[in-house]
Amino acid sequence: MTNENIPNLTGFDEAALEKAFASLEAQARESAAALDAEAFRLQWLGRKQGLLNEVSDRWLKAAPGPAKKAVGQRFKVLKELVEALLEGAGPSDAATDAALRAEAIDITLPGTRRPTGAEHPITRTLNEIVSVFAALGYSVGVGPEVETDYYNFECMNFPPGHPARDTQDTLVVAAQERKPLRDRLLLRTHTSPVQMRTMEQQPPPVRIVIPGKVHRNDAADATHSPIFHQVEGLCVDTNITFSDLKGTLDHAMKALFGSAVKTRFFPSFFPFTEPSADVQISCIFCGGKGCRKCKQSGWIELLGCGMVDPAVFAFAQEKQPAYDPKKISGFAFGMGVERIAMMKYGISEIGSFFAGDMRFLGQFA
Amino acid sequence: MKILTKWLRSYLPGLSVDDAQLAEDLTLRGIAVEGIYDLGPDNGSLYEMDITTNRVDAMNHYGIAREAAAIYGLPLPELAFPIPEPRAGGQPFSVKIEAEDACGRFTARILRDVTIGESRDWFAGAEVATYFALLEQKKISNAVDATNFAWLAMGQPTHVFDLDKLEGGIVVRRARKGERLKTLDGVERVLDADDLVIADHKKALGLAGVMGGWDTMITPDTKNVLVEAAWFDPMVVRQTARRHSLHTDASHRFERGADFNAAPVASAIVSAILLANGGSIEGELVDARVPAAEARTALRKPVALALSEVQRILGTTIDEEGITAATVESVLAALGCGLAPAVRQTLGQNSWEVTLPSWRLDLEREIDLIEEVARVYGYNRFANTLPEFGGGVRALPWAEKEATARSTLLAAGFHEAISSTFCSATEGALTAPQPGLVVPLGNPLSEEAGVLRPSLVPGMLTMIAGNLNRDVNDVRLFEMGTVFAGTTDKVDERPTLAFGAVGALPQESALHSGRAFDFFDVKGVVEQVVSRFETRGIYFDRFPADAGLTPQWLHPYRSSRVVADGLTVGWFGQLHPREAAARKIKDAVLLGEIYLDRLYKLPLRRPIAREVSRYQPVRRDFSLVLHESIHWEKIDSAMAGLQIPELAEWRVREVFRDARLGAQEYALLLGATFQAPDRTLREEELQKFQAQVVEAVGKAGARLRV
Repeated sequence: MTNENIPNLTGFDEAALEKAFASLEAQARESAAALDAEAFRLQWLGRKQGLLNEVSDRWLKAAPGPAKKAVGQRFKVLKELVEALLEGAGPSDAATDAALRAEAIDITLPGTRRPTGAEHPITRTLNEIVSVFAALGYSVGVGPEVETDYYNFECMNFPPGHPARDTQDTLVVAAQERKPLRDRLLLRTHTSPVQMRTMEQQPPPVRIVIPGKVHRNDAADATHSPIFHQVEGLCVDTNITFSDLKGTLDHAMKALFGSAVKTRFFPSFFPFTEPSADVQISCIFCGGKGCRKCKQSGWIELLGCGMVDPAVFAFAQEKQPAYDPKKISGFAFGMGVERIAMMKYGISEIGSFFAGDMRFLGQFA
Repeated sequence: MKILTKWLRSYLPGLSVDDAQLAEDLTLRGIAVEGIYDLGPDNGSLYEMDITTNRVDAMNHYGIAREAAAIYGLPLPELAFPIPEPRAGGQPFSVKIEAEDACGRFTARILRDVTIGESRDWFAGAEVATYFALLEQKKISNAVDATNFAWLAMGQPTHVFDLDKLEGGIVVRRARKGERLKTLDGVERVLDADDLVIADHKKALGLAGVMGGWDTMITPDTKNVLVEAAWFDPMVVRQTARRHSLHTDASHRFERGADFNAAPVASAIVSAILLANGGSIEGELVDARVPAAEARTALRKPVALALSEVQRILGTTIDEEGITAATVESVLAALGCGLAPAVRQTLGQNSWEVTLPSWRLDLEREIDLIEEVARVYGYNRFANTLPEFGGGVRALPWAEKEATARSTLLAAGFHEAISSTFCSATEGALTAPQPGLVVPLGNPLSEEAGVLRPSLVPGMLTMIAGNLNRDVNDVRLFEMGTVFAGTTDKVDERPTLAFGAVGALPQESALHSGRAFDFFDVKGVVEQVVSRFETRGIYFDRFPADAGLTPQWLHPYRSSRVVADGLTVGWFGQLHPREAAARKIKDAVLLGEIYLDRLYKLPLRRPIAREVSRYQPVRRDFSLVLHESIHWEKIDSAMAGLQIPELAEWRVREVFRDARLGAQEYALLLGATFQAPDRTLREEELQKFQAQVVEAVGKAGARLRV
């Protein structure tokens, strides 16, 4: 653009100004109709060569003192017009619309995804359970998957000859026969041995959850697998009671399955707890009315628990005398992670967890 | 186990609740009713029960009646069966317990002139025909049915011998090694010297507590019988039963502890039923007892129990009154315990010396009694309280590292998997990082699961093959789990990460096709994982194919070791084509294993922010020609060696081969970016940097392509 884009002002009287500004306004309206918004903006409002700058430089600044105010007022009106025109410029313009229309895309085509992997449903469930107990003050512990008979059975108060000790139920490491019973190596059948390992390492109070993999010599079917996972819990302190056990698990089940869930406890038998209990929750599928999933009972059995048996404390006392069953008490609980995950995610075959099928795992992304 | 409510109610006439309520109340007290089946008008219900193994005393009709009586506070009449006065005999029948450690009590009763025939409802309290029909229990003969009736009524095993087949009196003794006995199942058995037998003066008659003998069994012609009811030691019966692979109702009960005092009552039931069809009793009941066994069972020392201990263990009840002395006394008395005020001062007020019922061998300690109080009071009548807590919470020391590794793999698009803890010995040998340290199982689930996995690679390959077999052709999986190394005496467990991929990279869009996953994709994954940790240096290398140092499962020329701070932290690359072929996998499988125990020794990298330059970066490309023997690593270190602060970044832009190059040469396009934190770079500076780059890569063996 050059200076010739606007004429020189011939005079600063009213009539001359009127004529000059009217002509510029007409010109602005014309270009607003012809140009798209960006071109119009450049032509009139461009920082270096915009017409308004030129008007300001050559008319406003050049105006003699008495006329300055009049020119200024008219310049302001012109500027407002240009800005108003700019706002209205563009989209309504047929030519512009045609150009944009040519760029149309099918927005119903699927979006571009960068697929992320899915955490295993067992990991996810384990973490969920652990975090519920972490919020109640429980630390996390782990222990070995290959255990001795002592930790897996003896110190958990399984008498010699107990059926669970049979190789029909327990997978054992080869060539153990010549060793003393307590030293024989086996694949732990539950996470309970970590209770003892924890107590041996620290005096009370103890609050710990133990997630882990366990094995049994079980034939596989829809709900049984020789490989599965458990979360074990142990709380030992002065004045830990059976009602504390009830309250803790009731709270945990509500945190895991929703606040509407109810729990009920009934007597059971485990060698390492006494009193022992099985815990049922009200059916999460039917709310307790009775359905196929809960076999019409309204309740689903979910975990085993109980007060730590004094005999177990007696074993712990061999290394930590503070576990005196007359002074302290505690509770322990254990739950099967697969069973909970199957309920939460509607999985019917336990084998699905261990097959590595991409189609199954991908659902948890 | 099946229970008839009609039969159960016959022992507890005052029971007013209906069968459904009774089932619920029993279940909530640990006597679990799993199913209720209506048997029609006047027949009551059939309960399908699941009783825990510690409660053998409740695995019969009278035992459950006793539980119901305790729950509802009803009086329970004693079990008693009127039998006719005995006819005086000559000498009492001879019974001798030789094995006093194994047999605690043996009762024998002689019945003469009995008639063996079909069972009917003999008299009130012995409705054999009715109850057996409802239970669908087969009737055999009045003799056999009588022992079955006693078993179902009160859980005491009994046996009936044909007296005329006996030679002399009864001897309870250990078998002679090699002694033979044909048992009721028709099997001719060779006995072990530890087996306990019921014998006469000449021969073994039956396996004590397990199964009777063939030769002395009741036949339709039997006239005179001997009724046995006894108490045998649990361990002896268990071992005898196991040695002969026999599991019978009798062995089940004796193994778990029978009621020392039940024998005379059971003997009376069997005798009363048999005599209902004719015959008479000869002589008094012969009752041989071993005092030591009686002291261990029926006459155990009382157990001290304090109310304060009951409350300390059980805590708060919903009912404000809580567990009182009256609660304790009524519950335990109903279960058959005797309660006397404690004489020992130390126990304080509200404490007792509790005598234990002979049928509850599971009760031994104070805590056992506390459990009984809680159980019969009702678990659900206790409040839900939360214990106070003032400690800290500790996560596992490697928890954050594990989560970091997992999230890196997830972000790279790998699904997490969990595979078998076991593999075959062959796979173990192929993949063990330390050859020879593979741990075999003594009783594996199958041959394919014969050893503890020394590596996650076998499981990964199984899962990849499984997906391919199901026509899932694009696979990306990882697993984080334990691997095992050691001997049958000592097993080390280490956390490991494995990943595997086959097929195409996921399609980024429906509109663009993907490309095959390759070596550099997995290398990128390894780099991403390792770079989340703080290291002084990471490098990748491989060994000559014949050095025997590359894992056998990897392609010797398409695999790499990754070393962080001088420690081998993993291996990865393409699956050896031999292994792929063995598994019928056609596509290239890319996989690797990272030894997490080693990686976890490194701290996680803590990002430190640097000022981002506001000045224009300048990119310069260098087209290089290199001999095949010169690898990128050499150029890379030449660039690093320049130490030009303004050299912000360099990378390979392209690698290609073309005919215009010399033999064994390839071209590489190197892109370098220069940028200063405080100024725009001037042309002279850039030219100087360029010259330095050309010189350095020249020394490394590259020439500029012109």
